[in-house]
Amino acid sequence: MAEAPKLFKVTIDNITIEVPPGTSILNAARMIGGDVTPPAMCYYSKLQGSGGKCRTCLVEVAAGSTADPRPMPKLVASCRTNVMDGMVVKNITSERVTDARNGVVEFLLINHPLDCPICDQAGECHLQDLGYDHGKESTRYEFSRRTFDREDIGPYIQLHMTRCILCYRCTYVADQLTDNRVHGILDRGDHAEISTYISKAIENDFSGNMIDVCPVGALTDRTFRFKNRVWFTKPVDAHRDCPTCCGKVTLWNRGDEVLRVTVRKDPWGEVQSYDGKPGWICNTCRFDKKKLSDWVIEGPTKIARHSVMGANHYINAKRPLETISEVMGGRHPRVLMDIHKVSDVNQPEVMLSELPGPATGDTFNGQKLEYSTNITDGKIGSPSNEEGTDSTNPNTP
Amino acid sequence: MGRKLLLDKAHIENIRLYDVYRREGGYRSVEKALKSMSPDQVTEEVKKSGLRGRGGAGFPTGMKWSFLAKPEGVPRYLVVNADESEPGTFKDRYLMEFIPHLLIEGMITSSYALGSSRSYIYIRGEYAWIVDILEQAIAEAKNNGWLGKNILGSGFDCEIYVHPGAGAYICGEETALLESLEGKRGNPRIKPPFPAVKGLWDCPTVVNNVETIAAVVPIVNEGGEEYAKIGIGKSTGTKLISSCGNIKKPGVYEIDMTISVEEFIYSDEYCGGIPKGKRLKACIPGGSSVPILPANLLLKTAKGETRMMTYESLADGGFATGSMMGSGGFIVLDETQCVVRHTYTLARFYRHESCGQCSPCREGTGWMEKILLNIENGKGKMTDVDLLWDIQRKIEGNTICPLGDAAAWPVAAAIRHFRDEFEWHILNPEECLRRNYGLANYGSVPAKV
Ligand SMILES: Cc1cc2nc3c(=O)[nH]c(=O)nc-3n(C[C@H](O)[C@H](O)[C@H](O)COP(=O)(O)O)c2cc1C
Ligand code: SF4
Ligand code: SF4
Ligand code: FES
Repeated sequence: MAEAPKLFKVTIDNITIEVPPGTSILNAARMIGGDVTPPAMCYYSKLQGSGGKCRTCLVEVAAGSTADPRPMPKLVASCRTNVMDGMVVKNITSERVTDARNGVVEFLLINHPLDCPICDQAGECHLQDLGYDHGKESTRYEFSRRTFDREDIGPYIQLHMTRCILCYRCTYVADQLTDNRVHGILDRGDHAEISTYISKAIENDFSGNMIDVCPVGALTDRTFRFKNRVWFTKPVDAHRDCPTCCGKVTLWNRGDEVLRVTVRKDPWGEVQSYDGKPGWICNTCRFDKKKLSDWVIEGPTKIARHSVMGANHYINAKRPLETISEVMGGRHPRVLMDIHKVSDVNQPEVMLSELPGPATGDTFNGQKLEYSTNITDGKIGSPSNEEGTDSTNPNTP
Repeated sequence: MGRKLLLDKAHIENIRLYDVYRREGGYRSVEKALKSMSPDQVTEEVKKSGLRGRGGAGFPTGMKWSFLAKPEGVPRYLVVNADESEPGTFKDRYLMEFIPHLLIEGMITSSYALGSSRSYIYIRGEYAWIVDILEQAIAEAKNNGWLGKNILGSGFDCEIYVHPGAGAYICGEETALLESLEGKRGNPRIKPPFPAVKGLWDCPTVVNNVETIAAVVPIVNEGGEEYAKIGIGKSTGTKLISSCGNIKKPGVYEIDMTISVEEFIYSDEYCGGIPKGKRLKACIPGGSSVPILPANLLLKTAKGETRMMTYESLADGGFATGSMMGSGGFIVLDETQCVVRHTYTLARFYRHESCGQCSPCREGTGWMEKILLNIENGKGKMTDVDLLWDIQRKIEGNTICPLGDAAAWPVAAAIRHFRDEFEWHILNPEECLRRNYGLANYGSVPAKV
């Protein structure tokens, strides 16, 4: 049977696109891009078998195909449903979808600690983004949340199961990238947990990639934990000749210091592919090469604008009009200080919500208020006290 | 007396043994099929019989069989679902325990129809002693030439293996069952592909309930058309009902689907009525997952017709005023039973059994359980009832497998039909607590009739 190179026509939220047979609705929507693309918390195009679990990507199929234009009765997981020719899909144009998705987000959040300010993933967390887009201001959940102790799995990775949304991505990494699988899921239901066979057994050249696929702060880099907030670091693309992996990485620097090394990410928060091969990196590149001299710097990393640190989710956020004592329900706390007096960063005259991108040191130094790329080539690695930079400020290169 | 096709011989002494079973006419269907019928003809008879899956969904078995993909050079499998873990359901257990050869016979005939040379029984782990019974039956069948190579000289080979599960309800869901059978964690697969195309070890597979496969024996023996004459409409043949709860005679009954629910509950041939002169309050007619019905809607449909023990009649009125035949686990509640506590018990079960793959089921089941426990303990709020409704609504239909729905439906139905009882709990917290410690009789709550 010769494969006719026929393309399938699919209409998503009234936008029509032609895609090769075998494309999932989600990937077709990604080709269109923008708001039409459903959020995906568990699907990871580079991990075989992933997806279908979190249910954030549910969409309504208003017409199955030209041949069989009946609508599908249930919402379907767009990441695991392939398009048919003539399919009509509704994502943000469907109230059912919005309703179900809000429900899913609520479910994901009921057992999630809502303490982003102390979570290492804050700023690059997909659940945080999802919460901004679909979450409610308050919770209807009035019970204690599921908690676990933090656990170091191996010398490089820390698991904080309390934050896990059980997307299974890391288990697929364990399955597909590392050779002796020791990482999986124990128990079931809301008492299920990620675990390694023997607590500290994750030692494998590629295990560090689990950190990058984890959409939340459940798996974090022990060599980076709480060294810095991610939005204070400067991401740059860099590479080295690595015998084990592609050696193409993003360095997250502060001044001359390489704080963290990660894979490079595509606009969907997934690892970038090179010639069709996902650019996973080895643990040597990730954890051992922490000097700028180990790397050839390519230039600034473009941060996808969907993340909290990239986009400005605070735009249009309402400022409360109440005064402190009203907010505090009439109470007068004994210790109350004006945060603006003790921190440079929080200055009332700087309207963070109106900045087009992440705040930088310059924002607060009052030097340059318009947004520009944080870093310029050539300055990386050189003593950074030239004009316009300030090596004592964490936010300048 | 209704007709019995499966359990008519179950009480014969030593029917568990091959010699007795054979003497009573056992294995005739294998002879008939292998000697005088083609596999497709067997499938055709099953289609004509109108047999519907007895595992819960009631999908027409003949149609399921004809969907089985048959690519060249790829093995096909028959897997019998004996996981039976639905609360209130214990019919397969009875069948396997008392007349195991009926299942083995049905499996050989069905395997012939489907072209499966290796068939499996995936049995609930807690049924450990039945594993031995089945293994013995298989060994006997093999010794007598009904299993193995070239059965009856027909050129058809067949082996049957028994695989015990490890105690998870979810492994009764057909794709979770296949995962478990492959030695993996029993998480339901995302469908499509369906097992008929990609099932066990990625090969085309049919998964059927124990009772479904056992019913193939009388169908082949007597012909599909004869079988279809029993019952009403699309509910053909006989059905095993395991009844329990507040009835005089709990147990497994084989009914031909022509009797009314009222007759089933009150006649001495079946449940024998409600003990101690109590009144009927409600009933779950098809296993814990299906909607509960208050007595008035149980005995008569919303249209005022008599409700019959058939797939169609039990489902009459949809979920608004009807329920489902489900797996045939018939749970009866009398006027002293508390629907809130009952719903809480079910919610606890589903929370415990959710595999945890998809967020709505994983988180929603736990949330519902906690709210229901609060209400049951007199700590509920009026808004909790609407919240429960909203949670179940957001689980239903949004999950990978039907366990999410199965967790949502009982809660939805309980609120739909017994909202006043939830509200009573919320308004009478002390009374609830006292009752929980066994100090008060709950009989003061108005029964539903
Ligand atoms: C959570 C869950 C549990 C199930 N448990 C069983 C079971 O214990 N036994 C069974 O026969 N079917 C069970 N089923 C139904 C099976 O998925 C499947 O539909 C059935 O085995 C098909 O057989 P049938 O067509 O003969 O009914 C279950 C389904 C779900 C969703
Ligand atoms: S630890 Fe992270 S990647 Fe692994 S299942 Fe949990 S959320 Fe997903
Ligand atoms: S609905 Fe529940 S049991 Fe079924 S796959 Fe989802 S989490 Fe697992
Ligand atoms: S991304 Fe599709 S279900 Fe999670």
